[in-house]
Parts: sequence; C-alpha cells; structure tokens
Amino acid sequence: MEASLQMEFWRNGPQPGALYNFPGSQIWNQNEPTKRTLYPSVTGTSVLGLKFNDGVVIAGDKLGSYGSMARFRDLSRVLKVNDQVVVGASGDYADYQFLSEIIEQRVIEEECLNDGFGYTPSSLFSWLTRVMYNRRSNINPLWNTYVVAGWENNAPFLGYVDKIGTAYQAPTISSGYGAYIAQPLLRDALEKKPNMNVKDAIETIDRCMKVLYYRDARSLNKYELAIVTKDGVEIRSPVTSQPNWEIAHLIKGYE
Amino acid sequence: MEVLNNRGVEDYQTAGPKQSYFSPYSFNGGSILAVAGEDFAVIASDSRLSEGFSIHTRDQPKTYQLTQNTVVGACGFHGDVLTLIKVLKARIKMYLHEHNKDMSSTAVAAMLSTILYYRRFFPYYVYNIVAGIDDEGKGCVFSFDPVGSYEREPYRAGGSASSMLQPLMDNQVGFKNLPKQARVPLSKEEVVKKVRDGFISAAERDIYTGDEVVVNIITKDGVEVERFPLRKD
Repeated sequence: MEASLQMEFWRNGPQPGALYNFPGSQIWNQNEPTKRTLYPSVTGTSVLGLKFNDGVVIAGDKLGSYGSMARFRDLSRVLKVNDQVVVGASGDYADYQFLSEIIEQRVIEEECLNDGFGYTPSSLFSWLTRVMYNRRSNINPLWNTYVVAGWENNAPFLGYVDKIGTAYQAPTISSGYGAYIAQPLLRDALEKKPNMNVKDAIETIDRCMKVLYYRDARSLNKYELAIVTKDGVEIRSPVTSQPNWEIAHLIKGYE
Repeated sequence: MEVLNNRGVEDYQTAGPKQSYFSPYSFNGGSILAVAGEDFAVIASDSRLSEGFSIHTRDQPKTYQLTQNTVVGACGFHGDVLTLIKVLKARIKMYLHEHNKDMSSTAVAAMLSTILYYRRFFPYYVYNIVAGIDDEGKGCVFSFDPVGSYEREPYRAGGSASSMLQPLMDNQVGFKNLPKQARVPLSKEEVVKKVRDGFISAAERDIYTGDEVVVNIITKDGVEVERFPLRKD
C-alpha cells in the first residue's frame, strides 16, 4: 500500500511519464479508440426507384427516425440536383445533409462556369461512388444508401451506391427494408408490364410505398415522389397514401 | 503485487485497434471461369450481384474487357471490384499513351499482381482471373489470389461456385481420371459448351450464381460475347 502512494509525485499531479491534466481543459485520451460516427442516429428508411419507358421515378417517405422513435415527420430525403438528376437517400440523415450541401455547392460552381455543362446522372453517380468508397476506405463512412435517378442520352438512368461503395445500375432499385418488401413487387410489376408509362410507374411505386407502410415499422404514409423525364424533374411532396386497416382486427397474437 | 494492481501493468494500455461495428467489406457473390485453348481463350461469369439473401441486380456480369484481347474476371466485394477495374483501365490507358500499343495479356497479369500486392495490408477483396492471348498467339489464363499471388494455368474457376466448377473442369478440360484416348484438345465450341454446362450446374446449388452466364471468346481478332440464361431463383 505504501509503495503505491510513493509512486505519485504529488496529489492530483501527473503520474510518472504522464502529462498534467489542467483543470477545465479537455484532454483527448489517447488510450481510447478514435470515436467516429460508426452507427446512424436520425435515419431515413427505404428509397425506391423504377425506370419506365420515357423516364424514371423515385420515392422516399418523409420520416426521420431516432432509433425506433418516429422523431421527425416532415424530412425531405429527395434532392433535385438539376433538371436531369435527382438523388434519394436512406440511412443517416446528418450524413445526407452533409453530402447534399456539398453536391449543391458543386452544382453552383458548375453553373458559374456557364459552359453549358452540368452534372449528368452518370457523372454524379460515378462521383458519388468514389466518395462513398473513399470514405469507407478511411473507415469513416457516410452511413447512407443513395439512389441516383435521371435522364441521359435519351434514356432513363437509375443507380445505387451504398456506404461501402457497392454500386450498380438496374431497372428497379430499393434500399434498406424495401430490398426485402418492395423489390420483389417492383420486379414483378416490371416483368408483367415491361413498357410502363408514367402513370403505371407512379401507381406501382405508390403500391410499394403503401405495402412498406404496412410492413416497415420505421415508415410513414407521407412520402416524396420525384419523376424525371426528358422534360425535366418533377417533385411531388407530400404524397399521402391512404391505408386500409379493415382486416387489421383479424391479426391476433401480437398484443 | 499490490503495486501492480494499483497502477501499472494492468492499467497500461496501448492504442489498440479501432472499435467499430462497421465492416468495410461485403461479399457480393458471383463466379468466374476461364479456359485457355490453343489459339483462343474463353472466360465466363454469371451476371448476378447479391448481398446476403438479396439479389441487387440480375444484370451485372463480372468480366471486364481491358484490351483488344485481354479480359479480366473479377468477383468478391463489388466496391473493390469497381475500384480495381477503374485502376486497371487507367493504368492500361497510361501504358497505351506512353508506348503507343496495347498492353499484352501477360503484362496485364503482371501489373495486376503488383496492384493487388500494393494493398497487401488492406486488400482488395477480389478474386481475379485474366484471360487473353499471349505473345506467341496462344491462349492464356492467369489466376490470382486477393493479395497478388498469381500463376499461369490451362484453366481456372474463381468466386462463389469455384469449388463446384473447378473439379468439373479438372475432369472435362484437364482430362483428369480419364483414359489416354479421351485426351484430345478441345475446340472453341466444345469449351464454350462445357463452360456453359458448368454454370448451369453451379446455378443449381450456389445461391450466389445465376440469372445469366456471359461467355467471352477471345481470339487474336478480338472478343466475342455470348449470353445464356441460368436459373433466376
């Protein structure tokens, strides 16, 4: 016991080989692992995307969840980049806000050049893929899945990028829980009707959003819809899907 | 003993590994298979991109044409695959501008090995197979592990169904455990048929292989692509 007391130079002072902790100053403890946001806090759930004959439509609901709590009911997760590109995001909302500000600034800088060039869906998609991959390579990811939709070379564009840099293009895309619930419905709808028009596509997406509202505990029946065609981007917000709980009383055993 | 318990060895901590629930890797499945012929090479992959029990897309073939007569098959973690292919294409373009000629298949293979080993301690989680035509006009196949160890081989399967495709090819292409009279070099058409059958069989058992098989037939004149349907479930 006495031997241990002797090891202190003085009371509340630094230990041999250590630095003095000045009162009131913040000391970063080197013995602890660096803390980074390695889990999301306020989150958005699924984003759905569907290509149709002369355009593409994406949708994401307006809920911001805080864990299992429905914290914010009017958040926008769909970003109009320009007249031919929109981006939808699921996952951490703060990371989405961070990246959407960067995108908006880059669009402004691009416009300042006034050279007639701007972000195409594929160029933004390619850039996003590199950003997400580089962040994951530094073990400092942006906790999001992005769905890029647009119109390019007289054809619709639909792409997916996630937090580790997995990226692909596909005729139907769903992120998060929607990958399990909505993706099969979207693929089925597209197989049954390969040449959809805008109306068909919106109806299909609406049906999927409704099913997600029934099945996904982190969802809301108020969502945002972005339609990209050769004429530009149209964002409809909010769109409310009317649920029907008539058969709810038949489901028992979960009380 | 008391001294030690009070402060000392037990309290002493070094900067350990970072704590996290985040994994920078994922496995997106897919199989690749390459066979070298006398004056041709065949390299095929399926077109399914999966993660866990979900299928991301049914149309993402994992073969990438790099030069006139070089095709690389790459599968594993798709984020790394995309990055690796981007790096490869950039380096091959740099070579083209510097030397005013396409990189040879053997040179692509050697370069790929160094690119992979450069990331030895944070590897590209990618299984690669390079197929092409060598400097003598013969078909060639090079197989790699994720950190750059490579060798030239007559045929090689890689990816999620490699353990099913490889023994089949050992028998059907390598003529292992077959009588002498059966050992006749295969034609292009025969190789394509066997590769296709291999993928059809692999798709029966491997959930990460399916949807479509994309077969690249490489000759000195370039690359021909054929597609055949596979199980979509």
